[in-house]
Amino acid sequence: MQQVFKRPESLKDVQTHYCPGCHHGTIHRLVAEALDEFGLQKKTIGVASIGCSVFLYSYFDIDVVESPHGRAPAVATGVKRARPDSFVFTYQGDGDLAAIGTAEIIHAANRGEDISVIFVNNTTYGMTGGQMAPTTLLGQRTSTSPFGRKQDTEGYPIRVTELLSCLDGVAFAARAAVNTPKNLMDAKKQIKKAFRYQVEGKGFSFVEVLSSCPTNWGMSAIQANERVGKEMCDYFKLGTYKNTANF
Amino acid sequence: MSKRLLVRGNEAICRGAVEAGCRPYFGYPITPQNDIPEYMSRVLPELDGVFIQAESEIASINMVLGAASTGVRAMTSSSSPGISLKLESISYMAAMELPCLIVNISRSGPGLGGIDASQGDYFQAVKGGGHGGYHTLVLAPYSIQEMYDLTMLAFDLAEIYRIPAMILGDAVVGQMKEPLEPHPRPSRELPPKDWALRGKGDGEQRFIKSLYLGDGELEARNWVLHAKYQALKENECRCEEFETSDASLIVTGFGSAARIAKTAVMMARDEGLKVGLLRPITLFPFPEKSFATATAYCKKVLDVELNTGQMVEDVRLSVARDAEVFFYGRPSGTGSLPTPEELLEQIKKHY
Repeated sequence: MQQVFKRPESLKDVQTHYCPGCHHGTIHRLVAEALDEFGLQKKTIGVASIGCSVFLYSYFDIDVVESPHGRAPAVATGVKRARPDSFVFTYQGDGDLAAIGTAEIIHAANRGEDISVIFVNNTTYGMTGGQMAPTTLLGQRTSTSPFGRKQDTEGYPIRVTELLSCLDGVAFAARAAVNTPKNLMDAKKQIKKAFRYQVEGKGFSFVEVLSSCPTNWGMSAIQANERVGKEMCDYFKLGTYKNTANF
Repeated sequence: MSKRLLVRGNEAICRGAVEAGCRPYFGYPITPQNDIPEYMSRVLPELDGVFIQAESEIASINMVLGAASTGVRAMTSSSSPGISLKLESISYMAAMELPCLIVNISRSGPGLGGIDASQGDYFQAVKGGGHGGYHTLVLAPYSIQEMYDLTMLAFDLAEIYRIPAMILGDAVVGQMKEPLEPHPRPSRELPPKDWALRGKGDGEQRFIKSLYLGDGELEARNWVLHAKYQALKENECRCEEFETSDASLIVTGFGSAARIAKTAVMMARDEGLKVGLLRPITLFPFPEKSFATATAYCKKVLDVELNTGQMVEDVRLSVARDAEVFFYGRPSGTGSLPTPEELLEQIKKHY
Protein backbone atom coordinates (compact mmCIF):
# COMPACT_ATOMS: atom_id res chain seq x y z
CA MET A 1 0.00 0.00 0.00
CA GLN A 2 1.33 3.41 -0.91
CA GLN A 3 1.66 5.88 1.96
CA VAL A 4 0.44 9.30 0.87
CA PHE A 5 0.50 11.22 4.15
CA LYS A 6 2.58 10.90 7.30
CA ARG A 7 4.04 12.79 10.20
CA PRO A 8 7.22 14.64 9.20
CA GLU A 9 10.41 12.97 10.46
CA SER A 10 11.47 16.29 11.99
CA LEU A 11 8.40 16.36 14.25
CA LYS A 12 8.03 14.16 17.32
CA ASP A 13 4.99 11.98 17.81
CA VAL A 14 3.77 13.90 20.86
CA GLN A 15 0.81 16.02 21.86
CA THR A 16 1.54 19.76 21.99
CA HIS A 17 0.56 22.11 24.80
CA TYR A 18 -0.96 24.57 22.33
CA CYS A 19 -4.55 25.69 22.85
CA PRO A 20 -7.29 24.40 20.54
CA GLY A 21 -7.41 26.59 17.44
CA CYS A 22 -3.87 27.97 17.89
CA HIS A 23 -1.90 28.00 14.65
CA HIS A 24 1.49 27.12 16.18
CA GLY A 25 0.94 23.39 15.63
CA THR A 26 0.14 23.91 11.95
CA ILE A 27 3.15 26.19 11.48
CA HIS A 28 5.40 23.67 13.27
CA ARG A 29 4.25 21.07 10.79
CA LEU A 30 5.00 23.26 7.78
CA VAL A 31 8.47 24.02 9.12
CA ALA A 32 9.10 20.31 9.79
CA GLU A 33 7.89 19.35 6.30
CA ALA A 34 10.24 21.90 4.76
CA LEU A 35 13.16 20.56 6.85
CA ASP A 36 12.33 17.02 5.69
CA GLU A 37 11.98 17.98 2.05
CA PHE A 38 15.45 19.52 2.00
CA GLY A 39 16.84 16.63 4.09
CA LEU A 40 17.94 19.03 6.81
CA GLN A 41 16.87 17.30 10.02
CA LYS A 42 20.30 15.87 10.84
CA LYS A 43 22.18 19.13 10.38
CA THR A 44 19.65 21.56 11.83
CA ILE A 45 20.10 23.62 14.99
CA GLY A 46 16.88 25.40 15.92
CA VAL A 47 16.83 28.47 18.14
CA ALA A 48 13.82 28.64 20.45
CA SER A 49 12.63 32.01 21.70
CA ILE A 50 10.63 33.07 24.73
CA GLY A 51 6.90 32.65 24.41
CA CYS A 52 4.59 29.73 23.71
CA SER A 53 7.11 28.36 21.20
CA VAL A 54 9.87 28.03 23.81
CA PHE A 55 9.20 24.27 23.91
CA LEU A 56 10.46 23.85 20.34
CA TYR A 57 12.72 21.01 21.49
CA SER A 58 9.70 19.10 22.79
CA TYR A 59 8.03 19.01 19.39
CA PHE A 60 10.85 19.06 16.83
CA ASP A 61 13.24 16.14 16.68
CA ILE A 62 16.25 18.35 16.03
CA ASP A 63 19.02 19.96 18.08
CA VAL A 64 17.75 23.12 19.79
CA VAL A 65 19.21 25.92 21.87
CA GLU A 66 17.00 28.20 23.94
CA SER A 67 17.49 31.95 23.62
CA PRO A 68 16.83 34.76 26.08
CA HIS A 69 13.82 36.93 25.20
CA GLY A 70 14.25 38.60 21.82
CA ARG A 71 17.84 37.52 21.29
CA ALA A 72 17.29 34.53 19.03
CA PRO A 73 18.79 36.21 15.93
CA ALA A 74 21.98 36.96 17.90
CA VAL A 75 22.10 33.40 19.26
CA ALA A 76 21.52 32.05 15.75
CA THR A 77 24.31 34.29 14.47
CA GLY A 78 26.68 32.72 17.00
CA VAL A 79 25.57 29.19 16.10
CA LYS A 80 25.82 29.70 12.34
CA ARG A 81 29.17 31.50 12.45
CA ALA A 82 30.60 28.79 14.69
CA ARG A 83 29.13 25.94 12.61
CA PRO A 84 28.63 27.26 9.06
CA ASP A 85 27.68 23.78 7.81
CA SER A 86 24.63 23.54 10.02
CA PHE A 87 21.15 24.72 9.07
CA VAL A 88 20.00 27.35 11.56
CA PHE A 89 16.56 28.83 12.03
CA THR A 90 14.84 30.84 14.73
CA TYR A 91 11.17 30.55 15.59
CA GLN A 92 9.96 33.72 17.28
CA GLY A 93 6.72 35.38 18.23
CA ASP A 94 5.77 39.03 17.80
CA GLY A 95 6.34 40.00 21.44
CA ASP A 96 9.79 38.46 21.22
CA LEU A 97 10.90 39.64 17.80
CA ALA A 98 9.06 42.92 17.28
CA ALA A 99 9.46 44.42 20.78
CA ILE A 100 12.35 43.39 23.00
CA GLY A 101 14.25 41.81 20.11
CA THR A 102 13.97 44.66 17.60
CA ALA A 103 17.68 45.44 17.62
CA GLU A 104 18.74 41.81 17.20
CA ILE A 105 16.43 41.08 14.25
CA ILE A 106 17.31 44.28 12.39
CA HIS A 107 21.04 43.80 12.76
CA ALA A 108 21.10 40.08 12.01
CA ALA A 109 19.07 40.87 8.90
CA ASN A 110 21.29 43.79 7.99
CA ARG A 111 24.45 41.69 8.31
CA GLY A 112 22.80 39.24 5.94
CA GLU A 113 23.37 36.35 8.32
CA ASP A 114 22.85 33.07 6.53
CA ILE A 115 19.96 32.04 8.78
CA SER A 116 16.19 31.70 8.42
CA VAL A 117 13.65 33.34 10.70
CA ILE A 118 10.10 32.12 11.20
CA PHE A 119 8.17 34.99 12.72
CA VAL A 120 4.79 34.01 14.14
CA ASN A 121 2.56 37.06 14.53
CA ASN A 122 -0.61 36.66 16.59
CA THR A 123 -0.88 40.32 17.65
CA THR A 124 -0.45 39.53 21.32
CA TYR A 125 1.82 38.15 24.03
CA GLY A 126 0.42 34.64 24.22
CA MET A 127 2.34 32.94 26.99
CA THR A 128 2.14 35.81 29.48
CA GLY A 129 -1.61 36.10 29.13
CA GLY A 130 -2.56 38.31 26.21
CA GLN A 131 -0.87 41.66 26.74
CA MET A 132 -0.53 44.30 24.01
CA ALA A 133 2.21 43.61 21.46
CA PRO A 134 3.81 45.96 18.91
CA THR A 135 1.67 44.17 16.31
CA THR A 136 -1.63 44.55 18.21
CA LEU A 137 -4.14 46.14 15.83
CA LEU A 138 -5.67 49.55 16.51
CA GLY A 139 -8.75 49.15 18.63
CA GLN A 140 -7.79 45.63 19.69
CA ARG A 141 -8.50 44.95 23.35
CA THR A 142 -5.78 43.15 25.27
CA SER A 143 -5.07 42.76 28.98
CA THR A 144 -2.87 45.89 28.87
CA SER A 145 -4.96 47.82 26.34
CA PRO A 146 -8.32 47.13 27.98
CA PHE A 147 -10.03 49.98 26.11
CA GLY A 148 -8.50 49.05 22.77
CA ARG A 149 -5.15 50.11 21.32
CA LYS A 150 -5.04 53.81 20.51
CA GLN A 151 -2.50 55.25 18.10
CA ASP A 152 -2.20 58.48 20.14
CA THR A 153 -0.76 56.72 23.16
CA GLU A 154 0.35 53.27 21.96
CA GLY A 155 1.41 53.97 18.40
CA TYR A 156 0.73 51.83 15.39
CA PRO A 157 1.06 48.10 14.75
CA ILE A 158 4.49 47.42 13.27
CA ARG A 159 4.69 45.74 9.88
CA VAL A 160 7.95 43.88 10.40
CA THR A 161 8.21 42.18 7.01
CA GLU A 162 7.91 45.50 5.18
CA LEU A 163 10.44 47.06 7.58
CA LEU A 164 13.03 44.34 7.06
CA SER A 165 12.60 44.12 3.31
CA CYS A 166 14.09 47.65 3.09
CA LEU A 167 17.44 46.32 4.32
CA ASP A 168 20.04 45.34 1.73
CA GLY A 169 21.11 42.40 3.88
CA VAL A 170 17.75 40.67 3.51
CA ALA A 171 17.61 38.15 0.68
CA PHE A 172 14.06 36.91 1.14
CA ALA A 173 11.07 38.28 3.05
CA ALA A 174 7.46 37.16 2.84
CA ARG A 175 4.25 37.18 4.85
CA ALA A 176 1.92 34.20 4.90
CA ALA A 177 -1.05 32.84 6.84
CA VAL A 178 -2.47 29.40 7.57
CA ASN A 179 -6.13 30.30 8.06
CA THR A 180 -7.39 28.75 4.79
CA PRO A 181 -6.21 25.74 2.77
CA LYS A 182 -4.96 28.05 0.02
CA ASN A 183 -3.07 30.31 2.42
CA LEU A 184 -1.62 27.24 4.14
CA MET A 185 -0.30 25.88 0.84
CA ASP A 186 1.19 29.30 0.07
CA ALA A 187 2.75 29.48 3.55
CA LYS A 188 4.42 26.12 2.93
CA LYS A 189 5.86 27.42 -0.34
CA GLN A 190 7.17 30.59 1.32
CA ILE A 191 8.82 28.63 4.14
CA LYS A 192 10.41 26.31 1.60
CA LYS A 193 11.69 29.26 -0.40
CA ALA A 194 13.14 30.82 2.74
CA PHE A 195 14.93 27.59 3.63
CA ARG A 196 16.20 27.22 0.07
CA TYR A 197 17.99 30.55 0.46
CA GLN A 198 20.00 29.18 3.38
CA VAL A 199 20.49 25.75 1.78
CA GLU A 200 22.08 27.51 -1.20
CA GLY A 201 24.01 29.95 0.99
CA LYS A 202 22.15 32.94 -0.41
CA GLY A 203 21.65 34.87 2.80
CA PHE A 204 19.08 36.01 5.32
CA SER A 205 15.53 34.77 4.82
CA PHE A 206 12.42 35.75 6.75
CA VAL A 207 8.84 34.49 6.77
CA GLU A 208 6.14 36.10 8.87
CA VAL A 209 3.21 33.78 9.49
CA LEU A 210 -0.03 35.25 10.82
CA SER A 211 -1.41 33.12 13.60
CA SER A 212 -4.48 32.92 15.77
CA CYS A 213 -4.58 33.06 19.56
CA PRO A 214 -8.15 32.10 20.46
CA THR A 215 -7.51 31.95 24.20
CA ASN A 216 -6.12 35.44 24.55
CA TRP A 217 -8.39 36.94 21.94
CA GLY A 218 -11.39 35.56 23.87
CA MET A 219 -12.71 33.77 20.81
CA SER A 220 -13.65 30.30 19.71
CA ALA A 221 -11.21 28.50 17.43
CA ILE A 222 -13.40 29.22 14.41
CA GLN A 223 -13.93 32.90 15.29
CA ALA A 224 -10.18 33.32 15.79
CA ASN A 225 -9.42 31.71 12.47
CA GLU A 226 -11.88 34.07 10.81
CA ARG A 227 -10.25 37.08 12.49
CA VAL A 228 -6.93 36.21 10.88
CA GLY A 229 -8.55 36.39 7.43
CA LYS A 230 -10.73 39.42 8.05
CA GLU A 231 -8.77 41.75 10.30
CA MET A 232 -5.14 40.68 10.20
CA CYS A 233 -4.78 39.98 6.49
CA ASP A 234 -6.32 43.38 5.86
CA TYR A 235 -3.57 45.22 7.77
CA PHE A 236 -0.73 42.72 7.34
CA LYS A 237 -0.92 42.04 3.60
CA LEU A 238 0.17 38.61 2.53
CA GLY A 239 2.76 38.23 -0.19
CA THR A 240 6.42 38.16 -1.12
CA TYR A 241 8.20 41.39 -0.22
CA LYS A 242 11.70 40.45 -1.28
CA ASN A 243 12.99 37.56 -3.35
CA THR A 244 16.45 38.46 -4.57
CA ALA A 245 17.17 35.09 -6.20
CA ASN A 246 13.70 34.85 -7.79
CA PHE A 247 12.89 31.47 -6.25
CA MET B 1 62.08 29.85 25.29
CA SER B 2 60.01 32.06 23.05
CA LYS B 3 60.72 35.69 22.38
CA ARG B 4 59.61 38.22 24.96
CA LEU B 5 57.09 40.80 23.77
CA LEU B 6 56.25 44.22 25.14
CA VAL B 7 52.46 44.35 25.00
CA ARG B 8 49.45 45.82 26.73
CA GLY B 9 47.40 43.69 29.07
CA ASN B 10 44.43 43.79 26.74
CA GLU B 11 46.58 42.44 23.92
CA ALA B 12 47.96 39.74 26.24
CA ILE B 13 44.39 38.57 26.82
CA CYS B 14 43.81 38.38 23.07
CA ARG B 15 47.03 36.44 22.53
CA GLY B 16 46.15 34.06 25.33
CA ALA B 17 42.67 33.54 23.91
CA VAL B 18 43.96 32.84 20.41
CA GLU B 19 46.59 30.46 21.79
CA ALA B 20 43.81 28.71 23.76
CA GLY B 21 41.94 28.10 20.51
CA CYS B 22 39.29 30.79 20.77
CA ARG B 23 38.17 31.69 17.25
CA PRO B 24 34.86 33.46 17.45
CA TYR B 25 34.95 36.80 19.26
CA PHE B 26 31.84 38.97 19.67
CA GLY B 27 32.05 42.43 21.19
CA TYR B 28 30.98 46.03 21.30
CA PRO B 29 33.15 49.12 21.82
CA ILE B 30 33.61 50.53 25.30
CA THR B 31 36.64 52.11 26.96
CA PRO B 32 39.05 50.91 28.38
CA GLN B 33 38.88 47.53 26.60
CA ASN B 34 38.80 48.62 22.94
CA ASP B 35 42.25 47.14 22.27
CA ILE B 36 40.61 43.72 22.57
CA PRO B 37 38.02 43.98 19.74
CA GLU B 38 40.54 45.94 17.67
CA TYR B 39 43.16 43.19 18.00
CA MET B 40 40.64 40.43 17.36
CA SER B 41 39.28 42.20 14.27
CA ARG B 42 42.80 42.16 12.80
CA VAL B 43 43.93 38.71 13.85
CA LEU B 44 40.91 36.36 13.79
CA PRO B 45 40.11 36.65 10.06
CA GLU B 46 43.66 35.49 9.28
CA LEU B 47 43.05 32.39 11.39
CA ASP B 48 39.71 31.55 9.72
CA GLY B 49 38.08 32.83 12.88
CA VAL B 50 35.04 35.02 13.34
CA PHE B 51 34.98 38.60 14.53
CA ILE B 52 31.66 40.40 14.90
CA GLN B 53 31.19 43.88 16.26
CA ALA B 54 27.64 43.40 17.44
CA GLU B 55 24.88 45.98 17.70
CA SER B 56 25.07 45.93 21.49
CA GLU B 57 26.66 44.22 24.45
CA ILE B 58 23.45 42.24 24.76
CA ALA B 59 23.70 40.92 21.22
CA SER B 60 27.39 40.09 21.61
CA ILE B 61 26.91 37.91 24.71
CA ASN B 62 24.04 36.13 22.98
CA MET B 63 26.27 35.43 19.99
CA VAL B 64 28.70 33.92 22.48
CA LEU B 65 25.82 31.86 23.87
CA GLY B 66 24.99 30.54 20.41
CA ALA B 67 28.58 29.77 19.48
CA ALA B 68 29.32 28.18 22.86
CA SER B 69 26.28 25.92 22.50
CA THR B 70 28.06 24.27 19.57
CA GLY B 71 31.10 23.51 21.74
CA VAL B 72 33.59 26.02 20.33
CA ARG B 73 35.69 28.31 22.52
CA ALA B 74 34.02 31.70 22.29
CA MET B 75 34.56 35.00 24.07
CA THR B 76 33.38 38.54 24.54
CA SER B 77 34.84 41.49 26.37
CA SER B 78 33.44 44.69 27.77
CA SER B 79 33.67 47.10 30.66
CA SER B 80 31.43 47.57 33.67
CA PRO B 81 28.20 49.09 32.22
CA GLY B 82 28.50 46.70 29.28
CA ILE B 83 28.88 43.75 31.64
CA SER B 84 25.72 44.88 33.43
CA LEU B 85 23.92 44.58 30.09
CA LYS B 86 25.29 41.09 29.52
CA LEU B 87 24.24 39.74 32.90
CA GLU B 88 20.87 38.31 31.87
CA SER B 89 22.53 36.07 29.34
CA ILE B 90 25.42 35.22 31.66
CA SER B 91 22.76 33.88 34.03
CA TYR B 92 21.32 31.85 31.14
CA MET B 93 24.76 30.47 30.29
CA ALA B 94 25.41 29.55 33.91
CA ALA B 95 22.07 27.73 33.94
CA MET B 96 22.77 26.05 30.59
CA GLU B 97 26.30 25.12 31.75
CA LEU B 98 27.90 26.73 28.71
CA PRO B 99 31.64 27.37 28.88
CA CYS B 100 32.86 30.71 27.53
CA LEU B 101 35.09 33.63 28.47
CA ILE B 102 33.81 37.07 29.46
CA VAL B 103 36.44 39.75 30.00
CA ASN B 104 35.59 42.74 32.18
CA ILE B 105 38.21 45.48 31.93
CA SER B 106 36.17 47.34 34.47
CA ARG B 107 35.82 51.06 34.84
CA SER B 108 34.78 53.35 37.62
CA GLY B 109 31.17 53.78 38.60
CA PRO B 110 28.38 53.69 39.49
CA GLY B 111 26.49 54.84 36.41
CA LEU B 112 28.57 56.18 33.57
CA GLY B 113 31.30 56.90 36.12
CA GLY B 114 34.64 57.19 34.39
CA ILE B 115 37.35 55.12 32.82
CA ASP B 116 39.83 54.98 35.70
CA ALA B 117 40.89 51.75 37.34
CA SER B 118 38.24 50.47 39.71
CA GLN B 119 37.32 47.38 41.66
CA GLY B 120 33.71 48.40 42.14
CA ASP B 121 32.51 45.32 40.21
CA TYR B 122 33.79 42.72 42.70
CA PHE B 123 30.34 41.96 44.07
CA GLN B 124 28.81 41.84 40.59
CA ALA B 125 31.49 39.48 39.32
CA VAL B 126 31.80 37.19 42.31
CA LYS B 127 28.31 36.95 43.75
CA GLY B 128 26.51 36.18 40.47
CA GLY B 129 25.51 39.63 39.23
CA GLY B 130 22.50 38.44 37.27
CA HIS B 131 19.29 36.79 38.40
CA GLY B 132 18.53 33.44 39.93
CA GLY B 133 21.55 32.60 42.09
CA TYR B 134 24.59 31.37 40.17
CA HIS B 135 28.34 31.86 40.00
CA THR B 136 30.86 32.28 37.26
CA LEU B 137 34.51 31.40 37.63
CA VAL B 138 36.33 34.72 38.24
CA LEU B 139 40.07 35.19 37.72
CA ALA B 140 41.89 38.41 38.65
CA PRO B 141 45.24 38.90 36.88
CA TYR B 142 47.66 41.46 38.28
CA SER B 143 50.34 41.43 35.57
CA ILE B 144 50.50 41.28 31.80
CA GLN B 145 51.88 37.74 31.98
CA GLU B 146 48.90 36.71 34.10
CA MET B 147 46.50 38.34 31.64
CA TYR B 148 47.88 35.83 29.12
CA ASP B 149 48.21 32.79 31.38
CA LEU B 150 44.90 33.18 33.20
CA THR B 151 43.01 33.65 29.92
CA MET B 152 44.22 30.22 28.80
CA LEU B 153 43.43 28.74 32.20
CA ALA B 154 39.97 30.30 32.13
CA PHE B 155 39.08 28.53 28.89
CA ASP B 156 40.24 25.18 30.26
CA LEU B 157 38.47 25.48 33.60
CA ALA B 158 35.33 26.75 31.85
CA GLU B 159 35.25 23.55 29.81
CA ILE B 160 36.13 21.23 32.67
CA TYR B 161 33.41 22.65 34.89
CA ARG B 162 31.05 23.73 32.08
CA ILE B 163 30.77 27.23 33.48
CA PRO B 164 31.16 30.75 32.09
CA ALA B 165 34.51 32.20 33.16
CA MET B 166 35.33 35.84 33.74
CA ILE B 167 38.59 37.74 33.72
CA LEU B 168 38.20 40.76 36.01
CA GLY B 169 40.74 43.49 35.30
CA ASP B 170 40.78 47.25 34.96
CA ALA B 171 42.57 50.03 33.09
CA VAL B 172 45.82 49.47 35.01
CA VAL B 173 46.29 45.85 33.98
CA GLY B 174 44.48 46.36 30.67
CA GLN B 175 46.31 49.39 29.33
CA MET B 176 49.75 48.96 30.90
CA LYS B 177 52.61 47.53 28.82
CA GLU B 178 54.93 44.97 30.32
CA PRO B 179 57.07 42.11 29.01
CA LEU B 180 55.08 39.03 28.07
CA GLU B 181 56.55 35.61 27.47
CA PRO B 182 54.09 33.83 25.19
CA HIS B 183 54.02 30.06 25.45
CA PRO B 184 51.82 27.24 24.17
CA ARG B 185 48.72 26.37 26.16
CA PRO B 186 49.73 23.87 28.86
CA SER B 187 48.21 20.54 27.91
CA ARG B 188 45.36 19.48 30.17
CA GLU B 189 42.91 16.64 30.00
CA LEU B 190 39.54 18.01 28.95
CA PRO B 191 36.18 16.24 29.12
CA PRO B 192 34.41 15.26 25.88
CA LYS B 193 31.79 17.74 24.72
CA ASP B 194 28.97 15.25 24.51
CA TRP B 195 26.51 18.05 25.16
CA ALA B 196 27.42 20.31 22.22
CA LEU B 197 24.91 20.95 19.45
CA ARG B 198 25.98 19.90 15.96
CA GLY B 199 22.76 18.79 14.28
CA LYS B 200 21.48 15.45 15.56
CA GLY B 201 23.00 13.44 12.72
CA ASP B 202 22.23 9.76 13.28
CA GLY B 203 22.24 10.21 17.05
CA GLU B 204 19.78 11.46 19.61
CA GLN B 205 18.44 15.00 19.69
CA ARG B 206 20.35 17.39 21.96
CA PHE B 207 18.99 20.58 23.38
CA ILE B 208 20.33 23.24 25.69
CA LYS B 209 17.84 25.06 27.87
CA SER B 210 17.26 26.68 31.22
CA LEU B 211 13.47 26.34 31.55
CA TYR B 212 12.38 23.59 33.94
CA LEU B 213 8.71 23.50 34.93
CA GLY B 214 8.21 19.90 36.10
CA ASP B 215 7.73 19.12 39.76
CA GLY B 216 11.17 19.10 41.40
CA GLU B 217 13.09 19.56 38.13
CA LEU B 218 14.45 23.04 38.69
CA GLU B 219 15.35 22.41 42.29
CA ALA B 220 17.35 19.37 41.17
CA ARG B 221 19.10 21.49 38.52
CA ASN B 222 20.04 24.06 41.13
CA TRP B 223 21.56 21.37 43.33
CA VAL B 224 23.63 20.20 40.36
CA LEU B 225 24.92 23.75 39.88
CA HIS B 226 25.56 24.09 43.61
CA ALA B 227 27.63 20.90 43.62
CA LYS B 228 29.73 22.33 40.81
CA TYR B 229 30.42 25.51 42.80
CA GLN B 230 31.43 23.36 45.76
CA ALA B 231 33.79 21.36 43.55
CA LEU B 232 35.36 24.58 42.30
CA LYS B 233 35.88 25.71 45.90
CA GLU B 234 37.46 22.38 46.71
CA ASN B 235 39.77 22.09 43.72
CA GLU B 236 40.45 25.37 41.97
CA CYS B 237 41.27 28.05 44.53
CA ARG B 238 44.40 29.91 43.56
CA CYS B 239 46.34 32.63 45.32
CA GLU B 240 49.85 34.04 45.59
CA GLU B 241 51.57 34.13 48.96
CA PHE B 242 54.49 36.53 49.20
CA GLU B 243 56.59 36.75 52.37
CA THR B 244 53.74 35.45 54.54
CA SER B 245 55.57 32.72 56.47
CA ASP B 246 56.91 34.97 59.24
CA ALA B 247 54.55 37.90 58.77
CA SER B 248 53.02 39.81 61.66
CA LEU B 249 50.68 41.55 59.25
CA ILE B 250 49.33 40.24 55.96
CA VAL B 251 48.23 42.65 53.28
CA THR B 252 45.63 41.36 50.86
CA GLY B 253 44.04 42.66 47.68
CA PHE B 254 43.48 41.54 44.12
CA GLY B 255 44.43 42.74 40.65
CA SER B 256 45.87 46.22 40.33
CA ALA B 257 45.39 47.04 44.03
CA ALA B 258 47.49 43.98 44.93
CA ARG B 259 50.17 45.21 42.57
CA ILE B 260 50.49 48.50 44.41
CA ALA B 261 50.23 46.66 47.74
CA LYS B 262 53.10 44.36 46.78
CA THR B 263 55.38 47.36 46.31
CA ALA B 264 54.28 48.67 49.71
CA VAL B 265 55.00 45.27 51.27
CA MET B 266 58.52 45.29 49.80
CA MET B 267 59.06 48.82 51.13
CA ALA B 268 57.93 47.65 54.57
CA ARG B 269 60.31 44.70 54.43
CA ASP B 270 63.14 47.12 53.55
CA GLU B 271 62.32 48.91 56.78
CA GLY B 272 62.47 45.62 58.71
CA LEU B 273 58.72 45.16 59.17
CA LYS B 274 57.50 41.58 58.94
CA VAL B 275 54.76 42.08 56.36
CA GLY B 276 53.51 39.69 53.68
CA LEU B 277 51.01 39.65 50.84
CA LEU B 278 48.23 37.14 50.25
CA ARG B 279 46.75 37.78 46.82
CA PRO B 280 43.65 35.90 45.66
CA ILE B 281 43.97 34.97 41.98
CA THR B 282 40.61 33.22 41.83
CA LEU B 283 37.94 35.52 43.26
CA PHE B 284 35.34 32.83 42.76
CA PRO B 285 36.18 30.33 44.13
CA PHE B 286 37.59 32.54 46.89
CA PRO B 287 40.71 31.02 48.50
CA GLU B 288 39.09 30.74 51.93
CA LYS B 289 41.42 28.01 53.20
CA SER B 290 44.55 30.03 52.43
CA PHE B 291 43.22 32.85 54.58
CA ALA B 292 42.27 30.46 57.38
CA THR B 293 45.72 28.85 57.31
CA ALA B 294 47.64 32.13 57.14
CA THR B 295 45.67 33.69 59.99
CA ALA B 296 46.19 30.68 62.24
CA TYR B 297 49.52 32.38 63.02
CA CYS B 298 49.32 35.91 61.69
CA LYS B 299 46.48 37.74 63.40
CA LYS B 300 46.40 40.99 61.43
CA VAL B 301 45.12 41.37 57.89
CA LEU B 302 44.97 44.63 55.96
CA ASP B 303 42.72 44.47 52.92
CA VAL B 304 43.30 47.05 50.18
CA GLU B 305 40.77 47.63 47.41
CA LEU B 306 39.85 50.22 44.81
CA ASN B 307 36.35 50.53 46.26
CA THR B 308 34.75 51.17 49.66
CA GLY B 309 34.93 47.53 50.77
CA GLN B 310 33.74 44.51 48.83
CA MET B 311 36.25 41.62 48.89
CA VAL B 312 36.80 42.45 52.55
CA GLU B 313 33.51 40.70 53.32
CA ASP B 314 34.91 37.43 51.96
CA VAL B 315 38.18 38.03 53.80
CA ARG B 316 36.30 38.47 57.10
CA LEU B 317 34.37 35.25 56.49
CA SER B 318 37.58 33.34 55.76
CA VAL B 319 40.08 34.38 58.42
CA ALA B 320 40.59 32.74 61.82
CA ARG B 321 38.03 33.95 64.38
CA ASP B 322 40.60 35.82 66.47
CA ALA B 323 42.21 37.60 63.51
CA GLU B 324 41.67 41.33 63.03
CA VAL B 325 40.78 42.55 59.54
CA PHE B 326 41.49 46.18 58.62
CA PHE B 327 40.33 47.80 55.44
CA TYR B 328 41.73 50.58 53.33
CA GLY B 329 39.92 51.50 50.14
CA ARG B 330 39.74 54.32 47.65
CA PRO B 331 36.57 54.34 45.55
CA SER B 332 37.29 54.88 41.90
CA GLY B 333 37.61 58.19 40.13
CA THR B 334 40.35 60.30 38.60
CA GLY B 335 43.20 60.76 41.08
CA SER B 336 41.99 58.05 43.45
CA LEU B 337 44.62 55.38 42.72
CA PRO B 338 46.60 54.96 45.96
CA THR B 339 50.38 55.19 45.94
CA PRO B 340 52.69 52.58 47.51
CA GLU B 341 53.70 55.23 50.10
CA GLU B 342 50.06 55.70 51.02
CA LEU B 343 49.66 51.97 51.56
CA LEU B 344 52.93 51.78 53.52
CA GLU B 345 51.45 54.36 55.88
CA GLN B 346 48.42 52.09 56.36
CA ILE B 347 50.70 49.12 56.99
CA LYS B 348 52.55 51.05 59.68
CA LYS B 349 49.27 52.23 61.21
CA HIS B 350 48.05 48.67 61.74
CA TYR B 351 51.36 46.82 62.20
